[in-house]
Amino acid sequence: MSTTSTTTGPAGPVTTRPRRSAARSGEAVSGWLFTAPVVVLLGLFLGVPVLMALWVSVSDWTGRGSPFSAGVHFVGARNYSELLTGGGLATQDFGTALKNNAWYVVVVVPVQTALSLVLAVLVNQAALRGRGFFRTAFYFPSVTSSVAITVLWLFLFSASGAVNQVLGWVGINGPNWFNDPTGVLHALLKALGVQDGPAALTDHRLLGVTWWDWLGGPSVAMSAFIVMAVFTTSGTFMLLFVAALQNLSGEVTEAAVMDGANGWQRFWRITLPQLRPTLFTVLTLGLIGTWQVFDQIYTGTQGAPGKTTLTPAYLSYQTSFVNQEWGQGAAIAFILFVIIVVLTLFQRWLLRERSERRPRPVRRASERGTR
Amino acid sequence: MQRRIQRTVTIAALVSVVTLTVGACGGSGFSDSGGAGGTGAGTDGELTSSKDGLTVLFAPSGDAETASVTSAVESWSKSSGVGTTVVPATQLNQQLSQGFASGKPADVFYLSSDALAGYASNGSLLAYGDRLPNKDDFYPALVKSFTYDGKFYCAPKDFSTLQLVINTDMWKAAGLTDADVPTTWDQLKTVSQKLTRDGHVGLSVSGEYARLGAFMVQAGGNLMNADSTEATADSQANVQALQYVKGLLDGGELKYAKDLGAGWGGEAFGKGLAAMTIEGNWITGALSKDYPGVKYQVVELPAGPAGKGSLQFSNCWGIAADSPNQAAALKLVEQLTSADSQLAFSKAFGPMPSIGSAAEQWKTENPQLVPFLDAVDYAQGVPTAKGSADVVTDLNSKLESLATGDPQQILSQTQTNLQALTGK
Repeated sequence: MSTTSTTTGPAGPVTTRPRRSAARSGEAVSGWLFTAPVVVLLGLFLGVPVLMALWVSVSDWTGRGSPFSAGVHFVGARNYSELLTGGGLATQDFGTALKNNAWYVVVVVPVQTALSLVLAVLVNQAALRGRGFFRTAFYFPSVTSSVAITVLWLFLFSASGAVNQVLGWVGINGPNWFNDPTGVLHALLKALGVQDGPAALTDHRLLGVTWWDWLGGPSVAMSAFIVMAVFTTSGTFMLLFVAALQNLSGEVTEAAVMDGANGWQRFWRITLPQLRPTLFTVLTLGLIGTWQVFDQIYTGTQGAPGKTTLTPAYLSYQTSFVNQEWGQGAAIAFILFVIIVVLTLFQRWLLRERSERRPRPVRRASERGTR
Repeated sequence: MQRRIQRTVTIAALVSVVTLTVGACGGSGFSDSGGAGGTGAGTDGELTSSKDGLTVLFAPSGDAETASVTSAVESWSKSSGVGTTVVPATQLNQQLSQGFASGKPADVFYLSSDALAGYASNGSLLAYGDRLPNKDDFYPALVKSFTYDGKFYCAPKDFSTLQLVINTDMWKAAGLTDADVPTTWDQLKTVSQKLTRDGHVGLSVSGEYARLGAFMVQAGGNLMNADSTEATADSQANVQALQYVKGLLDGGELKYAKDLGAGWGGEAFGKGLAAMTIEGNWITGALSKDYPGVKYQVVELPAGPAGKGSLQFSNCWGIAADSPNQAAALKLVEQLTSADSQLAFSKAFGPMPSIGSAAEQWKTENPQLVPFLDAVDYAQGVPTAKGSADVVTDLNSKLESLATGDPQQILSQTQTNLQALTGK
């Protein structure tokens, strides 16, 4: 939505004050001429494939020959309903993938945003020695290929790997990371003596997965991926925050100092509110990136152990290329797309409605709530 | 406002024109290649024949396989005069799918039994099995694995079975002799208990259907019937088999390889973490390469309530329906599945020949591996119904926690999933 309104934006003044149409049409033609290469390229490599995939998701294409050939039929929402309400293995797998990825998003996005902000503030301090070094060091994981990092992670988190060795020094018997399908929250509850969930949770299912499992938390294997995601992407977002921090005018901060605000107050009430546009960018990019996690799974675990690292993006690939269910695979991709768009819109709304300052959201929200 | 609408309309029109043009191009391109076979591409009619070279796509297990397949194909190419390109695949199923979708697939390729139904059902494969002059030489159980909808699709290129592999040093250290080699489930449990000592367990396997399924066969069950047309996952025999395995797990004499920090049974066995494992004939290559110091012996798996049982695994040489030169492809496959070729492959990278006429020579050449070939009499294939690989993956994820799970419940879930495949 936002993109269409901004692209048509420049037309605004023209429509309010009409000019001679000949001159305008000349402008329009040259405008189209200049944008034509990009329009054609985008159409060819983005628009057409997306529309093709959309067609595949509502067709019974079996993967042989063109999806537009005569033998392929329109089947309506069958592929979608198979995933969402079918109740079979397809639904269970999709539910499991959504569950896994939702936990991944819920943990990764806040943690990486907070961490990158902290890192940005740290490397932005004038007093820090060797700022350049730290900035490079923090950014380094983001430059490395995700495949290389995944392989590194498989070694670090193997049963007798470096991570477990270090844990061993402090007397912790580390888990068999990438082979452990136990949900983290389930494990915690088990430690507290809760073996099985209440029947209310275990007997009812959403997308073929019991509510008890939905609430099980990311598996130990997924947790290792979560740590990896935070490790690799924080650097990128730190860079965005650093840029934003350097754009802030010092005067406001100085005024706050004059008013007697301490460092903590200055950060929460002066700096952070001014960073809101960047925060929105970081959260949005983080949200999109985490919902599309694929390469780590593809090179690392391929959904194992116990399907707890299965993600919708990987499931879409597997359903299409391995299981030959092309319609379902495409449908998964489009459902994922809808999820991402809806969550982004929600987040946009959330960041707009809330006040600049977190401590007193109620009062401020009511002031602005009439908008 | 009106202008804006006009503009939107223009853009929409433009986009749709571009889309249609490109779509049409793509469409015609695809169908062109589909019909390019020209001279009777129909599955029932004559084979296509042309001057085109052949592309061979295969997923090698290692350098040895790449080298021996390449040299076999090249020597055929020299004698027949048909050009060939050999392509080792990193992601076989993905590359096959891309080929079939584009209408220009590889002509000859490896195809696993559980992928057969998917490609056969959309018409990507040429069902050439009945055209093979030596089709009766292939083991019947293997032919069944590559039969879909009553048609014998492709020639099994080789096969492997599961048997029990014993570390002889540990065996002796536990005071066991040749007379103690287990022939029943009870005996297997007893020797496993005796072998669980000195920091290793008696038996270690991967916690998946592809190993534990052997127990199901021994109990008289399996996930599906031999033709993979009917789900039999929740049979009493299967429940009995999983309960037996669960008993071994509970007793501690059986541990899954991953619980010992090993990737598969062969690794646990090679590292000396387990005295016995259930693996296929590929283990011999891995042991001699990675753990040359380990002394071992291969024996037949113990008989269960219904007698001896094992699982077999096989790939076949698929030929594409869209291949412009099926006749040459068939000739190549005949050469690659001949006794000489298969024995050469076996020597290079381990699998057993899929034809009965090569059995005697293979047994003479591999005396210590004879139990693997003996299994051909009682081994059963894995389910081949379309989508069954997915169900097996799901079952595997549950078998991982068999120690705390309920066999009956696990199997009835699998039964439901398999019925969904056959019901439609």
